[in-house]
Amino acid sequence: MNIVVCIKQVPDTNEVRIDPVKGTLIREGVPSIMNPDDKAGLEAALRIKDKNGAKVTVITMGPLQADEILREAFAMGADEAYLVTDRAFGGADTWATSSTLAAAISKLDYDLIITGRQAIDGDTAQVGPEIAEHLDLPNISYAQEIEIDGDEIVVLRQYDDCSHRVRAKLPALVTALSELNQPRYMTPGGIFDAYRSKEVIKWVRDDIPVEDENIGLSGSPTRVSKSFPKAVKEPGMKIEKSVDESVQFIVDKLKETYIL
Amino acid sequence: MDFRLKQEHLMAQKLFREFAINEVEPIAQEIDENHRFPEETVAKMQQYGFLGIPFSKEVGGQGCDTLTYVLAIEEISKVCATTGVILSAHTSLGAAPIDVYGTPEQKEKFLRPLISGKKLGAFGLTEPGAGTDAAGQQTVAELDGNEYVLNGSKIFITNAGKADIYIIFAMTDKSQGTRGISAFIVEKGTPGFEFGHREIKMGIRGSATRELVFSDCRIPQENLLGQAGRGFGIAMGTLDGGRIGIAAQALGIAQGALDKTITYVKERKQFGRPISAFQNTQFTLADMATEVESARMLVYKAALAKDTQKRYSLEAAMAKLKASEVASYVTNKAVQLHGGYGFIQDYDVERMMRDAKITEIYEGTSEVMRMVISGSILN
Ligand SMILES: Cc1cc2nc3c(=O)[nH]c(=O)nc-3n(C[C@H](O)[C@H](O)[C@H](O)COP(=O)(O)OP(=O)(O)OC[C@H]3O[C@@H](n4cnc5c(N)ncnc54)[C@H](O)[C@@H]3O)c2cc1C
Repeated sequence: MNIVVCIKQVPDTNEVRIDPVKGTLIREGVPSIMNPDDKAGLEAALRIKDKNGAKVTVITMGPLQADEILREAFAMGADEAYLVTDRAFGGADTWATSSTLAAAISKLDYDLIITGRQAIDGDTAQVGPEIAEHLDLPNISYAQEIEIDGDEIVVLRQYDDCSHRVRAKLPALVTALSELNQPRYMTPGGIFDAYRSKEVIKWVRDDIPVEDENIGLSGSPTRVSKSFPKAVKEPGMKIEKSVDESVQFIVDKLKETYIL
Repeated sequence: MDFRLKQEHLMAQKLFREFAINEVEPIAQEIDENHRFPEETVAKMQQYGFLGIPFSKEVGGQGCDTLTYVLAIEEISKVCATTGVILSAHTSLGAAPIDVYGTPEQKEKFLRPLISGKKLGAFGLTEPGAGTDAAGQQTVAELDGNEYVLNGSKIFITNAGKADIYIIFAMTDKSQGTRGISAFIVEKGTPGFEFGHREIKMGIRGSATRELVFSDCRIPQENLLGQAGRGFGIAMGTLDGGRIGIAAQALGIAQGALDKTITYVKERKQFGRPISAFQNTQFTLADMATEVESARMLVYKAALAKDTQKRYSLEAAMAKLKASEVASYVTNKAVQLHGGYGFIQDYDVERMMRDAKITEIYEGTSEVMRMVISGSILN
């Protein structure tokens, strides 16, 4: 079985701030990490490998520094790694990214493709499903559990306040939630091998069978109208009073804030 | 000359840091308070290959180097010196002598399970009457047929009771003095091998420190490690490596205390300002940071020396002397800058100051380090 996992290097958003003037992320000096949902996807693939045997290939589109997360994937147990990197791919939105990645993946053998639900620096959750569309594959999003059953995959899909158990014929694409599992640590020996005996295969523009109009900045129809930090919800207040007193308390509060 | 860590070392450091923060730090305070050996952490370290970092893959190790091992001990000791010494005693004292002096059969039988995460190691040299003067061994081993019969006791043995495999030193020929000392591999569970008094300690309280008692303990002749009569050299050679591990532990304690203090002085306000605004705080921190960095240079240098030089006793002794004294100095200042809170158990620096002291004592006291260093430079 061949599993391809799409992983992305992202700034650790716990440490990121937004430029108040430009409205974009300030990335300088912020440590980079493997996107958490993607890491859960990789862990899911490695667990299938441990249980059923599989070849796990990781692929990323990004700058040369993204090499680091591919080495990390090797050190966790991935077998092959591809870095899709070229100036021509720069500035890609989800459309251009999914077009490029889908074209790259089309060159690989796959029975299952796993992506993260969304990247913490974009939060769009579009790239995974779009890759499935480009490759004409069934897509199951928001996987909480993944199981291989013969030539099918059974996924527990998170859905607001309930879950769906969904079955699809392989090949298929699944998008993973970070709640899917607790990813393993690398091993020290795995890290040494990752840098000393494993090879990250670089693919540039000419290696990818994709049209010019679907890549990079010029192939990106999305325009960002505004970026803003997530509004932090204030913690709630617990009122331990009788029903009448509580009602009065709430009414007073609503009056205080001129809602009533 | 390049002081930067290589990419693989940087990533290993990241791994150890993540592991330390997620798995080790949350229970550091609790295991100290309850004098509890952290079995669960040892199991996790076994699972992820931490118990075989500097050993070759052929014998079941991770195939990394001494610097990677040092980074592991440093990062772990930053948050918990107890866990640091468990790993250091296992690796440098329990496993390393078999790697260096063992026969292929001994490596297969004892080293592989130790470093592939199935067993834990320990080292018994110290006796009630033989501390710094380790040559004064009273434990004896007599050859009887094809077995050695051990009698005697060891004290202050790290990992005692928890470890499965022990490197034990004993006199095989009293008339020969240090040339009469031999090294043995003894398995837990061997009849006549018992664990005695459990020490209650000032620091590293979660680590197991116990007495080993041998009464007519019979071990097969093939468990002799190295040649008969070469035990003292094996002990000293092993301790050279162990000192690098303890130096890394001391470095970690110092860095950990410095980190906690930097955070604290920015938060604590007196006279209407954070105490970091006072020049005394700033200069003390500057001295602490400079001391920590100088210790780090010596520790990393000793690690590189171990992998590239035939002899590294001098580098190891300097690293341990400096790092352990820095650990005591820095943790002391850390408590001072925390004021009364630093003296209270809820604050990590209280534990760190207690933990630091042992690094000046075990695997050769600071006085012994000075003897080794002066002996080398006057030679
Ligand atoms: C928590 C803990 C864990 C330990 N773990 C282990 C272990 O796993 N395995 C093991 O074998 N041992 C272990 N030890 C023993 C440790 O290595 C010894 O305690 C140490 O070597 C000192 O020996 P001692 O305690 O007998 O002190 P002593 O030798 O009695 O020394 C007392 C003082 O005299 C000084 N002194 C001694 N001789 C001289 C001299 N010639 N010149 C100047 N000063 C001198 C010493 O430096 C020291 O300051 C451990 C000890 C502790 C406390």
